[in-house]
Amino acid sequence: MNAIYILWWRQMKRYLRTRSRIFGSIGQPILFLLALGYGLGAVFERAGQGDYLQFLVPGIILQTLLFSGVFWGIQILFDKRFGFLKEMLVAPVPRVKVLLGNALGGTTISIIQALVVFIVAVAFGFRPQNWVLLPLALLIVMALALTLASFGAGLASMVEDFQGFQAINNFLIFPLFFLSSALYPLTNVPDVLRILASINPLSYGVDALRHTMIGGGHFSLPTDLIVIAAVLVICVFFAVNRFNRIQV
Amino acid sequence: MSSKYAVEARDVVKTFGDIKAVDHVNFGVMPGEIFAFLGPNGAGKSTTIKMLTTMLRPTSGQLLLNGHDVTKDQASARKSFGIVFQDPALEEELTAYENMLFHCVLYGVPKAGHKKRIEDLMKLVDLWERRDSLVRTFSGGMRRRLEIARGLLHHPKILFLDEPTLGLDTQTRNVLWDYVRKLSKNEGMTIFFTTHYLDEAEQIAERIAIIDHGKIVAEGTTKQLTEKTKTKTLEQAYLKLTGEGIRDEVSEDFSGLNVRGALLNRRLR
Ligand SMILES: Nc1ncnc2c1ncn2[C@@H]1O[C@H](COP(=O)(O)OP(=O)(O)OP(=O)(O)O)[C@@H](O)[C@H]1O
Ligand SMILES: [Mg+2]
Repeated sequence: MNAIYILWWRQMKRYLRTRSRIFGSIGQPILFLLALGYGLGAVFERAGQGDYLQFLVPGIILQTLLFSGVFWGIQILFDKRFGFLKEMLVAPVPRVKVLLGNALGGTTISIIQALVVFIVAVAFGFRPQNWVLLPLALLIVMALALTLASFGAGLASMVEDFQGFQAINNFLIFPLFFLSSALYPLTNVPDVLRILASINPLSYGVDALRHTMIGGGHFSLPTDLIVIAAVLVICVFFAVNRFNRIQV
Repeated sequence: MSSKYAVEARDVVKTFGDIKAVDHVNFGVMPGEIFAFLGPNGAGKSTTIKMLTTMLRPTSGQLLLNGHDVTKDQASARKSFGIVFQDPALEEELTAYENMLFHCVLYGVPKAGHKKRIEDLMKLVDLWERRDSLVRTFSGGMRRRLEIARGLLHHPKILFLDEPTLGLDTQTRNVLWDYVRKLSKNEGMTIFFTTHYLDEAEQIAERIAIIDHGKIVAEGTTKQLTEKTKTKTLEQAYLKLTGEGIRDEVSEDFSGLNVRGALLNRRLR
């Protein structure tokens, strides 16, 4: 317990001491929110799909969690590169705990960033449909944050350097994000896109957020929750498996 | 698995692709002994230490710490040693004190003793005044001192020091080795260290192994090594055993270069 706490503590200290990272990682989703929300809002409404800002906010929250989680994974690369990982890996603490402490730090950071984005969205006119469901939305955010931080940690444990991570980012993370239902509804898209988005776990994450934040979604909420739980387990296993193999 | 040694290597091999970094190495270090592991650049010292401390898996062979196989039983192995790495391993965004505290908690130092232990060790390496500075702002030597203090925090049974004194001033080196000697004598701590300062090895080590191109080429006390090579000092014995050429990782294929290195070496002396 103590070990997990101190690992988490160090992640938080580090996060709070690097301001540029805070602004950088919150700035991007907010830019998306404003540019897309205002840029496409009129088109969206004319097409009879309702208020785009309402639709978009759960997607932007997912984006925050995805990029924050995966970029947090870079921390492991930094620690490898600058040596601190060794200090953690030879400690008399099971690797699983080392990973867990670090991942909880990453998860906390993601959740904080998602909350900031949520508050900004509310300031720009976003209105959750049913405040009573928000605690459930928060639970979903937590599960997604842990899933995506584990995913990031697993990926970072696999690659050797920053170039490798950059490649993963371009060829895996961006497509995952754009080929999900985060930015557009799946009702009127071409079949290919709908199929791709339907096998993309991220779509279920954002769908669950829509159910709980604005009401209504593409899949059913129970389906979403089952997929989220399954992917959470898979990502945690993936991270533990990869992290156990790290050699420095 | 029983072993009378605190640290033991049995026929250990480690390859990286084509490079044989460690080549059928055998040695044993008695509990409480101060053991120096010497060899030219790229000889395989750090690789051996990394395998002993569970950071690398051997390609073949066995490594034991207090009789525990480090590859099979990593958890108990990790409980028995402390290490100061050759390369830096500090968190730059934490202060010196926070780095020490992090280590105390992660390495299970009893909470009641944290403050005192951290203060004592930071005073030993003369960093107590700078405890609240971020490590990012430290000089190379200050970082080194902090790492050494950190490695001593949790009183391990076996302490690995991979070139601990690299870049340290003479005063700090003397303080460090006095302290290490005391640890070995009073607490029976086993010390396994590497260094390129042969005078240091001669003064501190009770026993020495010399590794070259991944193979152990000699082992014994300074006296045994000088007798064996018919030389007067450890440095002469060392040069006789490992050759005078500047160590290049592919030096065998470039004997011409080797000769030039030897000439250069001789001229410098
Ligand atoms: N991760 C790695 N990948 C490939 N080769 C490696 C790796 N680590 C070490 N080596 C090679 O293994 C050999 C032994 O390296 P090692 O670091 O053990 O040397 P050393 O004795 O500690 O040298 P030095 O005195 O310079 O620290 C070298 O040829 C080195 O290039
Ligand atoms: Mg080395």
